[in-house]
Amino acid sequence: MTVGRILLIVPLTYLAIFFIYPLSSIFARSLGDESNFGFEPFGILLNDPYYLGRIWFTIWQAVVSTLLTLTIGLPVAFLFARYEFPGKTLLKAISSLPFVMPTIVVAMGFTALFGSQGLVNSALMSMFGLDDPPVRITNTLTIIFMAHAFYNYAIIVRIVSALWSNLDPNLEGSAKMLGAGSVRTFYHVTLPLLLPAIVSASLLSFAFSFTSFGVVLVLGGPEYSTLEVSIYELTAKLFRLPLAGALAIIQLGFTYFFLLLYSKFQEQSVAKIDLKPRESTSRCPTRWREKVFVIATILLLLTLLSPLVALVVRWITLDGGFATNQMANLFSDDRGSYFHLSPITIIWNSLRFALITVAISLIIGTIISYSITNVSRRWRNLADALVMLPLGVSAVTLGFGYIIALGRPPIDLRGSWLILVIAHSLVAYPFVIRSLLPVLKGMNSNLREAAAVLGANPTRVFLLVELPLIAPALLVGATFAFAVSMGEFGASLILVRVEFTTMPVAIFRFLGLPGAANLSMALGMSCLLMVVVSLGFIAIERFRYKGIGGF
Amino acid sequence: MIKSTGILVFVTLLTLLVVACGSNEPGSLVVLTNDSFDIGEEVIAQFEEDNNATVTIQKSGDSGEVLNRAILEKGNPSGDLLYGIDNTFLSKALREDIFIKYESPRMEDVPSQFVLDDTFHVSPVDYGYVNINYDIAYLEEHGLTPPETLEELTGEDWKGRLVVQNPATSSPGLAFLIATVSYFGEDDDYDYLDFWADLKENDLAVKDGWSDAYYTDFSQYGGDQPLVLSYATSPAAELYFSEGAYTTPPTGNMLVDKATFLQIEGIGILKGTQNEKLAQKFIDFVLDTPFQEDIPGRMFVYPVNSKAVAPDFFKYAEVPTLPADIDADTIDANRDEWIDSWTKVVLR
Repeated sequence: MTVGRILLIVPLTYLAIFFIYPLSSIFARSLGDESNFGFEPFGILLNDPYYLGRIWFTIWQAVVSTLLTLTIGLPVAFLFARYEFPGKTLLKAISSLPFVMPTIVVAMGFTALFGSQGLVNSALMSMFGLDDPPVRITNTLTIIFMAHAFYNYAIIVRIVSALWSNLDPNLEGSAKMLGAGSVRTFYHVTLPLLLPAIVSASLLSFAFSFTSFGVVLVLGGPEYSTLEVSIYELTAKLFRLPLAGALAIIQLGFTYFFLLLYSKFQEQSVAKIDLKPRESTSRCPTRWREKVFVIATILLLLTLLSPLVALVVRWITLDGGFATNQMANLFSDDRGSYFHLSPITIIWNSLRFALITVAISLIIGTIISYSITNVSRRWRNLADALVMLPLGVSAVTLGFGYIIALGRPPIDLRGSWLILVIAHSLVAYPFVIRSLLPVLKGMNSNLREAAAVLGANPTRVFLLVELPLIAPALLVGATFAFAVSMGEFGASLILVRVEFTTMPVAIFRFLGLPGAANLSMALGMSCLLMVVVSLGFIAIERFRYKGIGGF
Repeated sequence: MIKSTGILVFVTLLTLLVVACGSNEPGSLVVLTNDSFDIGEEVIAQFEEDNNATVTIQKSGDSGEVLNRAILEKGNPSGDLLYGIDNTFLSKALREDIFIKYESPRMEDVPSQFVLDDTFHVSPVDYGYVNINYDIAYLEEHGLTPPETLEELTGEDWKGRLVVQNPATSSPGLAFLIATVSYFGEDDDYDYLDFWADLKENDLAVKDGWSDAYYTDFSQYGGDQPLVLSYATSPAAELYFSEGAYTTPPTGNMLVDKATFLQIEGIGILKGTQNEKLAQKFIDFVLDTPFQEDIPGRMFVYPVNSKAVAPDFFKYAEVPTLPADIDADTIDANRDEWIDSWTKVVLR
């Protein structure tokens, strides 16, 4: 236990320096006048129907988005958990790609599909001889919901299927043997067992929709501002720090409230179960109903991924050029810009920042998760909700906090790449916690005790008994930490030194000038990003089969 | 095992933090700038060689964001110079007193209409015009002729066919809002807000940033709107970046007298710098012809130095004859109010 306490110092210090201190600095600067600590901005906000409307909109769009995300994510999670089929590893890797792609790139994919000149409309118009494009969803709420589902369904798939694939299928078998139908078995046996993972994943999906920024801005337009968007405008553009600070605190308060609700709920929903190795739980579909399900779900997945396919097609067919040409463009530099960096260096930048982010997030996330399962019941929910808070903080608030708080000796982070991995790890480690906690809580303590009784010391118990059990969850956490870092570019834009250019930043830079050549470079870099990230996902997956993740 | 790894990483992090400190040594210059900045590598290398210095250029968001960052960092700047202050934010920067005065001898080559700041805290570097672009092919296909007045845009022909940027978040968006204020006035029978209300009625699309609007909404790139708020140089850039696919620009400029906005960008030395002398040399260098002649092909704006020769393809970059006439102080005094009123009319 004392070892656990000492270990806890590491994540707590990290959070204190890189989260709490910068955040309180910016809040103090925003709200603390010389004369009084201003509650006035709160009054202004809460009496302004516009901001009340924003708060309400932010909440309900997040709820709708999360429900839609669940509807799409659960069948896919089931598919990956229970069935084996050719190309599964590749499909699984590709299916998590949306989570990584920069919003403007995704927006271009949606436009290429659903815009009035897009594939869907052109096809429908020529098929039915229409004069006007029948599908008009650009700049509407519908497309925001679709985009949120598109971004976040991977969270549901990964986290839920990690637990599902370790559930003993015999449990369901026994229920059926006792006369329960498939539906009843699902509701009374499978669903309760999966609930911790489903709720965990929904929470993350909700948090991402709640603080949604790029999706809303790029696809919906400013009419559909979320709180995050309003905070950004007030902070970075209008420089009305008191209002921005108050709004950021309101957003944080709501996030904490939802997190607390969630962890209370989570407390009641945990069942202690025996987890089974995944090899024994999944198999090839045999009956025709299973085959239909597998094929239908794969088709659903491919439809979901179609905006990304549209991007690749767009890149290849741009101005009648061919892929080799476009590729050559990407790797040549005949313009001699100061900001030019070879794509190889850019890829390497993205990869090394991502690997460091993964390492930091795994360490912090694992220690915190263990500590949370060990603290007394009374504090558990509060602590659980507290460590998840970075998900509810507006990126721009934290960014400006860094500028004020971490801009003077002894710590001047402003010119350093560390600010990137720190910012990435703050978004990434909650994923480690959320994928780990359901497993830790559900773990049958008999195993641990049995090993201890048989004479194993705590380190051996951890390495030989617990690590194999939590490894799949750790790998899910690592996958997301990797994805978060590869795709993030808000924080990266605060610090764009040419030598730190990452792939999303490069894409953004190409899209800063008009002209087909710039679009070609941006699309090419996006395709490279998809390839690199898919390979990364597959590498993490392989790691599971090679070594510790074998369970 | 976990324990030792954790502590190792933590100690490494702290060490790195300490190492990362103190980037402001003499002989090394840090220039803060915005997303749209670009320049040739060899141009910067020339300065480094001539002055035995190193130059680091760091982008931190768009022009508004960079300025706000510099204000937060007042007295303890993370750079020596700030490049990219324009006339929509100039007075705010001067009021916040973040710059050191410097009048470069090279200013003699800059025509007086481009002198941003007659106190010389900010020296002008480049300028451009914000106006609406149209997609020539789309207009031809739909039998439309390019609009010639702003009022036309509220008519049936252009219903759902214009995308602009949000002035609260985008610098061309703000520039166009200011141009409409100047064009329609604030208290006239039909003022700028009436115009925006009519545009909204006419299914105006609004995006937060230039890239979103241009690459996802503009019909030239597969979007729905054939009219997009952009720059007078964009058609020339389209031609240049088509790499031979076009012989004339695929897009055109809608240039309405008194309704285009002249945007002048400048550079200033940040208070608190340890490298004031070197920073002054950098300003001289920026205003000199090698740097100035590299500007058009990099950032697609015009150089302020009248001796700088623009590249050939720039002949397609039209220069509006009569931009909106409105001074920086008026803009500064009213900017927030205009943005608020605009937001109420267009977005709420």
